[in-house]
Amino acid sequence: MNGTPRDKTMTIDEVVGQLESGMTIGIGGWGPRRKPMALVRAIANSDLTDLTLVAWGGADVGLLARAGKIRKLVYAFVSLDSVPLEPNFQKARQEGTIPEIVEIDEGMFNAGLQAAAQRLPFLPIRAGLGSDVLVHNPQIRTVTSPYADADGVHEELVAAPALNLDVALVHMNRADKHGNASYLGPDPYFDDLFCMAAERAFVSCEQIVDTAGLTVDTPVQRVLLNRMMVDGVVETPNGAHFTTCTPDYERDERFQRAYAEAARGSEEDWAAFHERFLSGDEASYQAAVRAFAEEASK
Amino acid sequence: MTSTTDITRADVCAAAVADAFAEDGEIFGSPMGLMPMLGVRLAKLTSNPDLVLSDGEALFLGGVPPVGAKADVVEGWIPFRRVFEVIGYGRRHVMMGATQVDRHGNQNISAIGPFERPKRQLLGSRGAPGNTVGNRTSYWVPKHSPRVFVEAVDVVSGVGPRRAKEAGVAASKYNDIHRIVTNLAVFDVKGADDTVRLLSVHPGVSVAEVQEATGFDLGVTDPAAVPETRTPTAEELILIREVLDPKGLRFKEVPAA
Repeated sequence: MNGTPRDKTMTIDEVVGQLESGMTIGIGGWGPRRKPMALVRAIANSDLTDLTLVAWGGADVGLLARAGKIRKLVYAFVSLDSVPLEPNFQKARQEGTIPEIVEIDEGMFNAGLQAAAQRLPFLPIRAGLGSDVLVHNPQIRTVTSPYADADGVHEELVAAPALNLDVALVHMNRADKHGNASYLGPDPYFDDLFCMAAERAFVSCEQIVDTAGLTVDTPVQRVLLNRMMVDGVVETPNGAHFTTCTPDYERDERFQRAYAEAARGSEEDWAAFHERFLSGDEASYQAAVRAFAEEASK
Repeated sequence: MTSTTDITRADVCAAAVADAFAEDGEIFGSPMGLMPMLGVRLAKLTSNPDLVLSDGEALFLGGVPPVGAKADVVEGWIPFRRVFEVIGYGRRHVMMGATQVDRHGNQNISAIGPFERPKRQLLGSRGAPGNTVGNRTSYWVPKHSPRVFVEAVDVVSGVGPRRAKEAGVAASKYNDIHRIVTNLAVFDVKGADDTVRLLSVHPGVSVAEVQEATGFDLGVTDPAAVPETRTPTAEELILIREVLDPKGLRFKEVPAA
C-alpha cells in the first residue's frame, strides 16, 4: 500500500445505475450555469421515476419535468436567464404534472443546504417571514429565539429545514480520479454544500487531471470539493452543455433558444427536438450538438 | 450636442432610479434588470460614488462600465452564496422587478392565479421574501398597468410593511420598501395604513392617468399638489446617453414616445 486514495472514476451509466426511483436528488450549479447536464440527460432517459429534485432550477428541472421524472420539486426559482421563464417547468406547473411543489426563498434554500451539510435539523433565518412561502409550505415552522434582542424581544424566525439529499450531482471544470475537484469560473455556486448535504455525491467534470494538475496553474482556493465529500467522478467533456461552464465554454444561447422554442411549441415540436438531441446517449447528444453548431456556421 | 429639450421618458426613469440610491451611502446597490442597472450606475457617477456595484454575476466592479459591458477593474468577489451573507449583514439595496404589486406594497414574481396550479408560472419567489425582510428593497415596473398594480397580489413573494409588521418584529425590523419606480410615476409605501403612496408623476403624465393605470385607489385628494418627477440634469443626460447606455438599450424597456 502506498497511501494512494481509491480511484472513483465511473461512467455516466454507472452513476445513473446507483440511483433509485423515489430518491431525493440535489443538482448543483445555478439556473443556466454549470449544471451536470450529461447526468441529467441520462436520468431523463432512464426508467427512474418519482424523484424529489432539489435545485437552483434551470434546464435540469425543465428536462426532468418534461420527462415526467419529478414527484416533488424543491426550488426558489427556475430560469434560463436569457429566456427568463423555463418553458418546460412552466408547462409542468400550469398543467399540474408535478404532484408536490415546495417553493422557498433563495436564502432559505441556502440555509437548508447549510443545515443538511452540518447535520443540523434547521437553521434560523428571517427569509420567508410574512411571505406566502410559509403559507404554501405549512410544514416549514418558525422558532423563537431563546435570546432577547436589544429591545427585549424574543424574535420569531423561520426554521429553514435541512435539505437532506440521498444523492448530489454536480459538474466541475476539473477533477482528479479521487474526487478532488475545482471550479475555474467566477462562482463556486453551492456545489460543496450539495455534496455535503448528500449521502452520496457524484461529480461530472470537463476533464480528469492528476491531483497535482488541479493546482498547477490555479489557486488552491478553487479546489472546492475534497474527495471525502465525493463518491464518484465522471469525465463528461461539454457535459454542462447548454449551460455555462466558464471558462471552458459559455452558455450555448442559440441551442438554448432552440430548446425553449421546442418546449413552448406543440407536442410534435418537442418530439422532434427530443428525437434529434435527447433520445440517444451522451455521445449521440454531443454529435447532434456539433451538427447543430455546424449548420449555424454555414 | 446633448439637448435637454428632447428628454425621453426612459431618461426620466433612469434618474428616478438613481435618486432611489442617492442617500444609501456605501452599500451594495443590487439592480435586477436593465433600467435598475442603468439607474444605479448613474447614481454612482453622480449622487453616490460610494455605492458598491456588481456585474450581476460574481464580481464587484471597480469602475462604472456601460450597461451590458464587461468590467474593466474588479474590486471584489460576490458569488451568489455571499449575496445571502450581505442580505443578513444588511448593507444592500436591491431593486427587483415585479409582475404584481398591491396596495400594501407586496410583490409577486412567483405565479399568476392559484399557486396550486397557476394560470401562469413565473420565476418563483427567488430572493424576494428574504430581500424584503433583510435589506432595503425597491421595485422597477416598466409597464405600469392595472394588471401589475392590483388590489392584492396572487402570491406574496416580496413582503410589504403591513404584512411584515403582522409577522412580528423579526420580519419588520429590517423591512424597508423604499421606492417603486414605474414608467409613469414614483411611489413609496408610506401611505395611510402602510399603503402605496404616489410621490411624483413623470413629466407629461397626469395623476388621473396614473390612477387609471392602477388597480387600487391611490387616495390622492389633491392632484395638483402631486409634484412632477425631476428631469435629468444636463450632466446626467450626457452620462445616460453617451457613457452608460450609448446603444439605447433603455428604450427596449421604456420606448421613446
